[in-house]
Amino acid sequence: MSNVLVVANIADNEVKKAVLSTAAFAKTVAGFTGGTYDILAIGADLSGVKDQLARLGAGKVLLAQGADLGDALAERLAPIIAGVAQSGGYKVVVSAATSIAKDVFPRFAARIGAGMASEVVAVSNEGGKLTYVRPMYAGNVNGAVQIDSDVQVVTIRPTEFDAIAPGAASSAVEDVALPAPEAVCGKVEFLGFEKSVSNRPDLAEAAIVISGGRGVKSKENFKLIEDLADALGAAVGASRAAVDSGFIHNDFQVGQTGKIVAPDLYVAVGISGALQHVAGMKSSKVVVAINKDEEAPVFQIADYGMVADLFKVLPELTAEVKKIKG
Amino acid sequence: MKILVPMKRVADPDNANKVKISPDGTKVTSEGLEAKPNPFDEYAVETALRILEDGVGSGNLRGEVVVVTVGGDDTVRQVRQCLAMGADRGIIVQGDDDALDSTIVANVLAKIVEKEQPNLIIAGKQAVDGDSNQVAQALAEILGWPQATFAGKVEVPQDLSSATVTREVDGGAAKVKVQLPAVISVDLRIVSPTGVQNNVAAGKDYQDGPRYASLKGIMKAKKKKVDTMTIADLGVDQTLKVRSVSFTAPPQRSAGVIVETVEELVAKLRDEAKVL
Repeated sequence: MSNVLVVANIADNEVKKAVLSTAAFAKTVAGFTGGTYDILAIGADLSGVKDQLARLGAGKVLLAQGADLGDALAERLAPIIAGVAQSGGYKVVVSAATSIAKDVFPRFAARIGAGMASEVVAVSNEGGKLTYVRPMYAGNVNGAVQIDSDVQVVTIRPTEFDAIAPGAASSAVEDVALPAPEAVCGKVEFLGFEKSVSNRPDLAEAAIVISGGRGVKSKENFKLIEDLADALGAAVGASRAAVDSGFIHNDFQVGQTGKIVAPDLYVAVGISGALQHVAGMKSSKVVVAINKDEEAPVFQIADYGMVADLFKVLPELTAEVKKIKG
Repeated sequence: MKILVPMKRVADPDNANKVKISPDGTKVTSEGLEAKPNPFDEYAVETALRILEDGVGSGNLRGEVVVVTVGGDDTVRQVRQCLAMGADRGIIVQGDDDALDSTIVANVLAKIVEKEQPNLIIAGKQAVDGDSNQVAQALAEILGWPQATFAGKVEVPQDLSSATVTREVDGGAAKVKVQLPAVISVDLRIVSPTGVQNNVAAGKDYQDGPRYASLKGIMKAKKKKVDTMTIADLGVDQTLKVRSVSFTAPPQRSAGVIVETVEELVAKLRDEAKVL
């Protein structure tokens, strides 16, 4: 029986790695509970992704498609997810903790009177009870929680779960009948989306991230960070100090309240290593810190540290990378 | 116009690495750490004040800002801190942090909304201890109100009938307009000098960040009204839906090696860490 529902918001005909990680989480949970999992995809147009979604090992792929769903307004999406969750009798409903899920899932959980665990990093089966581990206190404490409601609502940090490997297209694909928008939808109007311009990989999913902090000193100097990122095919990130100083758009902020990243390689340049920044990158596999202050706390968490002037080192590093990358 | 701001008392977030887990793993303790209003909630108070300021005299508001908290009696200090910033009134709903979850808090707040009939709720996007980021959205659902979460900018027309909110989301900024009453949750950038535009106090130069309480503000705050009630008074079910089972310290990263040259760094990344 299908007892886990994965919710995936889809934009631009793209199935992000986060969805594959969420499916892996669902597979684990379904394994604990002796069931299977389905995927509910939501978006304006899902025609380009349904075949891909059918390869993720789900029993069924449910498509909620509509022109007004692309705006991802919580007032519209929460009742749709609630309807599917309840009519399907799912016990666990999960999404990657994207900004859409962070917005919509608490509203959806409240609607069905369910308890919710946010940004889960591990799940286990303790004597028949699903137990979710989630970071608290800016990542300084891991709290294990259990949910006592008929439906358990969960968001996960996709960086903490290995992506499922797509297999044969085995899932049945069905359309979901959409309920009419509720009155509250008339009280919120979507005015537009301003995309932060970047030709680089998605920060949350990149294999390498180069982040700059206060030490970079200006918006213009951030080009040094970008040059190294481009030489490595990496994403660019930033500390809160760099964002607050106006060096870079806030969408690039890594930290407790910004993006949570866990790339293979994280290079922190001119970043002191404040707690809330470390909370957003400490699951990275290899961390490099470049800072001229040898007392900077970032060196306490870096695998490789370089006490040096970033303005001298970054151009050298970029040149050296270009050399070996040919 | 009445704005309700929910506030949670938290242990000093700048020292979050000093919280301790009890030896049996059942409790997190923050003894020795200063208790503060959750930073995002302080931003919410600042946002509410900026929305209502008339631009004529400092601190003149075109309405009332009510701060509500769910917590122990000693939260009165953090409530008074918000009143010293310029909020008008406080409400403390007595409750023990360990016996609360987002559902209970959202239901308590919904009852306060029923009593107070605010036009707008401005909340911090998350408390920096629990890091759950749920209450504002759950409250909006319970009330049947529109929501605008993770606000980096808010603009209100002079008649305060709606709010145009720039939301900080993955990949950029989403702009929505909500009719009031509504729930807005605020992100960091809301307290930048231009985070709030109320079209009355135009051109007012705000400092970056929430305002400090003036001495006068602190004196005034002592006389402001703070009501106290219990969760039971409000008739809210106190059964936990999310139960903490245990707490553990996450694995810590440890310091590695210091390299001297760029060549050495690249060689190590390529040959030892194998990430290049």
